[in-house]
Amino acid sequence: MLNVIWLLLLTAGIVIAAVNGNIEVVTEAALGAAQGAVKVCFDLIGVMALWLGIMKIAEQGGLIASLAKLVRPVMVRIFPSIPAEHPAMGAIILNISANMLGLGNAATPMGMKAMQEMQLLNKGSEEASEAMCTFLALNTSCITLLPATIIGVRLSFGSANPTEIVGPCIFATCTAMVIAMSLDWWFRKKSRWGVKG
Amino acid sequence: MLLSALTGISQWTIPLLLLLVPLYGFCKKVPVYEAFVAGAEEGFSTAVKIIPFLAGMMIAISVFRASGAMDYLALLLDPLTARIGAPSEILPLAIMRPLSGSGVLGMAAELMRIYGPDSFIGRLASVMQGTTDTTFFVLTVYFGSVGIKKYRYAVVTGLTADITGFLASLYICNLLFR
Repeated sequence: MLNVIWLLLLTAGIVIAAVNGNIEVVTEAALGAAQGAVKVCFDLIGVMALWLGIMKIAEQGGLIASLAKLVRPVMVRIFPSIPAEHPAMGAIILNISANMLGLGNAATPMGMKAMQEMQLLNKGSEEASEAMCTFLALNTSCITLLPATIIGVRLSFGSANPTEIVGPCIFATCTAMVIAMSLDWWFRKKSRWGVKG
Repeated sequence: MLLSALTGISQWTIPLLLLLVPLYGFCKKVPVYEAFVAGAEEGFSTAVKIIPFLAGMMIAISVFRASGAMDYLALLLDPLTARIGAPSEILPLAIMRPLSGSGVLGMAAELMRIYGPDSFIGRLASVMQGTTDTTFFVLTVYFGSVGIKKYRYAVVTGLTADITGFLASLYICNLLFR
């Protein structure tokens, strides 16, 4: 699936640039994006260091385990393949909370920590586990209680009511989340029946 | 009122976390500084590990967008989406939503500059920007950080969430702001 999407994006771009006679933008865009990727990752190093450092303290103090215990009744239903007391549960909860509060730069490191924990359960496989797919479904459709960035943009263009979009955002995201979680559940069942997902 | 409460929360969360977690750890006899450094060290290796995944994805997306292929796709989809009440101006944003977070923010800002933040297009653009996450960024970064190469059905689920988010934004905006 991803191989096809990737190839389509690339070939469609190059063919259309060629037809339009501006093939030179392809080289520029490709090289720029490659450098951009490195820049994004380097910017991420500091943020990652900060949050993974704080999380390590929380982990060694037993805070993440207690958090995991607290939300256990809900989490075991959403992630049936993760053992109830597993540290992955704590990391998942932290990631979701950070996402909901709109703390994007804290959410990413916590999400990666959750992925690392789930990868231990996945025994280092190169194929995504069920729990990972559910986690990503939850993540791509996660509710943000305060979409701060877009409110800021609206404010800067002189909106009379910059926050009026919060309610509609929550409605739209909830709908997306319900659909994503149902689809994920359906895929999980399907792959258990032996059909390749 | 609600806004100030919510901005209050987002301003205080990080400082409070930075205060309370180390204090709690110290009470639990965790060597706080050493633990922090040990955790921070993982940050470096994880960030470096996602470079190839992110580079691959960003190159394809960037070529697709810069070549004008995205505008053609929007043109192609326009007759279809016009029927469900989507203005043509919004389509490029809908297509970019799963691909690039910063790209979408730029496009939303541009639409608000042209049409005004309180126009239908401006409001719809805002709602779409605030709904769902950048699926391909989340996929590449999270899977990349642990070396997962086969994403299985996660791609379909993520994209379905984006399409649902787009349709739901359209529905609610047509209902409230038309």
